[in-house]
Amino acid sequence: MNLDDLDDLADKYRQEAADAEVEVRVCMAASCQSSGAQPVYDALTAAGEATADAPGRKCRIKGVGCMGLCSAGPLVAVAGPEDGLNESVIYRDVTPDDAGEILTSAVDPKASPVARLHCPSDLPFFARQQRVVLEHSGIIDPNSFRGYVVVGGYSAMVRALTEMTPTDVIAEITTSGLRGRGGGGYPTGLKWSTVAKTPAEQKYVICNADEGDPGAFMDRAILESDPHRVLEGMAIAAYAIGANKGFVYVRAEYPLAVERLKTAIRKAKRSGFLGNHICDTEFNFDIEIRLGAGAFVCGEETALMASIEGGRGQPRPRPPYPAESGLWGHPTLINNVETFANIAPIIREGGDWFAAMGTERSKGTKVFALAGTIVNTGLIEVPMGTTLRDIIEVIGGGIPGGKAFKAVQTGGPSGGCVPEAHLDVAVDYDSLKTLGTMMGSGGMIVMDETASMVDVARYFMEFCMSESCGKCVPCRTGTWQMHSLLDRIARSRASRSDLTLLEELCEVVQATSLCGLGQTAPNPVLSTLRYFRDEYEQKLTTPSGH
Amino acid sequence: MPLPAPQANVRVVTLKIDGLDLSAREDETLIEVCRENKIPIPSLCWMEGLSIVGACRLCMVEVSGSNRLVAACSTRVAEGMEVQTNTEQLQRYRRTLVELLFAERNHVCSVCVSNGHCELQWLAQTCGVDHVRMPYRNAGYEVDSSHEMFRVDHNRCVLCTRCVRVCDEIEGAHTWDVMGRGSDCKVITDLARPWGDSSTCTSCGKCVQVCPTGALVKQGTSVGEMVKDQQFLPILARRRHLR
Repeated sequence: MNLDDLDDLADKYRQEAADAEVEVRVCMAASCQSSGAQPVYDALTAAGEATADAPGRKCRIKGVGCMGLCSAGPLVAVAGPEDGLNESVIYRDVTPDDAGEILTSAVDPKASPVARLHCPSDLPFFARQQRVVLEHSGIIDPNSFRGYVVVGGYSAMVRALTEMTPTDVIAEITTSGLRGRGGGGYPTGLKWSTVAKTPAEQKYVICNADEGDPGAFMDRAILESDPHRVLEGMAIAAYAIGANKGFVYVRAEYPLAVERLKTAIRKAKRSGFLGNHICDTEFNFDIEIRLGAGAFVCGEETALMASIEGGRGQPRPRPPYPAESGLWGHPTLINNVETFANIAPIIREGGDWFAAMGTERSKGTKVFALAGTIVNTGLIEVPMGTTLRDIIEVIGGGIPGGKAFKAVQTGGPSGGCVPEAHLDVAVDYDSLKTLGTMMGSGGMIVMDETASMVDVARYFMEFCMSESCGKCVPCRTGTWQMHSLLDRIARSRASRSDLTLLEELCEVVQATSLCGLGQTAPNPVLSTLRYFRDEYEQKLTTPSGH
Repeated sequence: MPLPAPQANVRVVTLKIDGLDLSAREDETLIEVCRENKIPIPSLCWMEGLSIVGACRLCMVEVSGSNRLVAACSTRVAEGMEVQTNTEQLQRYRRTLVELLFAERNHVCSVCVSNGHCELQWLAQTCGVDHVRMPYRNAGYEVDSSHEMFRVDHNRCVLCTRCVRVCDEIEGAHTWDVMGRGSDCKVITDLARPWGDSSTCTSCGKCVQVCPTGALVKQGTSVGEMVKDQQFLPILARRRHLR
């Protein structure tokens, strides 16, 4: 199969679906489902069947992936079959009772949108985004292989397989300047070429979908909205490095993502886009799903591989890095979901196109999950270099209830907070590091003036303490000690010497821990101490008699 | 994990540790070179003949050109490497790590059968731990005396996993394992059954001999008798490896 054949296939699928003139898309991602999207979908389907013969435009009810504005769910979008999110009429907080009204307005080309539910798609939340990873999210049906092919899916893979050598693919990724989206920001092209150059009979590709940061749900949304995209990225990576086997390590707490991923793998295999002789080429690649059993540390690459091998999920010292000796001792490429989701557009549009977005050293776009006290909770995608102020105040809509902004936590328990004074920083890997925090996987937890920063630090330390695997001493016992010190400070039972000890422990744990979990566990404490030291000082008690 | 096979074509490199010019085989780790040359680096989980886990973090050293500290047990030597093993900062870190170990469980030397023959006690002395600045965790753990010859006291365990490794790698029984996570970790026999009921344990006693503290001891021994003999390990490991 070459690109022309794929185009023909896409045309055929498009023709078959051409009977509908308008689509009513219901967000069926986890967050909208939790606010009742399924009954809305059922009501719309029932209403659609009842009015199937009525005059007006032919209408199709479609379950789609995440549209982003999770706080306003369930979301429903009415659009032409080829329209994107910005051209649709978006309805928010839809209930099953609204189904009839939405459908009536949808089938009548002259009718105006239902004003009561209408959520203008020119809101900054939608208009200011630049969607690359999420380009099909909220538009295509994640369970439909055909839907993905119609929007140009698998064209990057077919192009790579039929028109490019593995070296070309790696060169394109290197040109793009893509850096790992899991948090570390390691250059993807460099990682790929390292694994490609390691001589071995057997190599593996792993997709790390063990997203565990509190307040982060980017990977879940990508897997739930556009699973084929991740598979396509993995297949291109496998072709580039010479692997024939891939694993998606996804946490069991994401049942919907797992379900959709399974469906996607099954359908891709059946259509010859995965498995042996993919698209009639010599390239074989199979993907299996592995479920995580609920350990945060299994997001660390060596622990993740130990878990796939069936061992206890705990990290081992590096080097050797997975690129040299990974899964069962074979060279292994391990990337995050969002990294793989970026691959197809890079191959399709070229590395230079991707490198034109973003900042000097961080290219492309980044998906962020907005959570905490912010008006527009949900998922956004913006170019690297967008300021935090734009993200929080313009796209996120600011703080609800007229309260003042205090800080935003980026990078989850491994990152730190950014206070008001630094909100104008252009977000990229390096600028956040300068501020004492990190990009992380993209979770942003916004806090208003009522938040106590000592409590925030204590919360994240409790998380690290309970998620420590217990292998190395500083992380296992250091996080316990730091948590008990923070607890004492938060309850105003600590003295100045406790604060000194806390700072010393932070230094030791950071410098001596075995893996990233321990090395970054003190970050929330150090960063809150850096910007909000007075809150700690206020809670200290002076010894009696002084 | 077996030891790497000795290769005929291994190169020899020269490096500098604490200002001393030393030579080493390319496949050696820093801690092996230090032990060979009598450079004292504290360690707890590392043991000649067992696989490397890098868990205790006491053997952290400074390597010029690297902005992170590295563990000497899991770092291979390299040509021209310059290593510092005993800076003021490293001493402070090691002291804190030993304090953390003491505060984690119930290490009261005066009532311990390993008093005077305990590696943790010795570490505390060499690292200058004269007191522990942090609060003790004071979590109660059980003592399992169900085995006819040996006893495990989890209150004195430092989770170095030497017992787990020696049982798996040298004896081949894999009776020991680790359960739980974080500070709740515990070494267990079989599937967390009493040691005396274990169907895999061969009662060889290797785990007792390699245990650095009084967590694993022979039943009915007094302080004077409970001296551990670890000489067997490198010999057995080498023999096993040659086979």
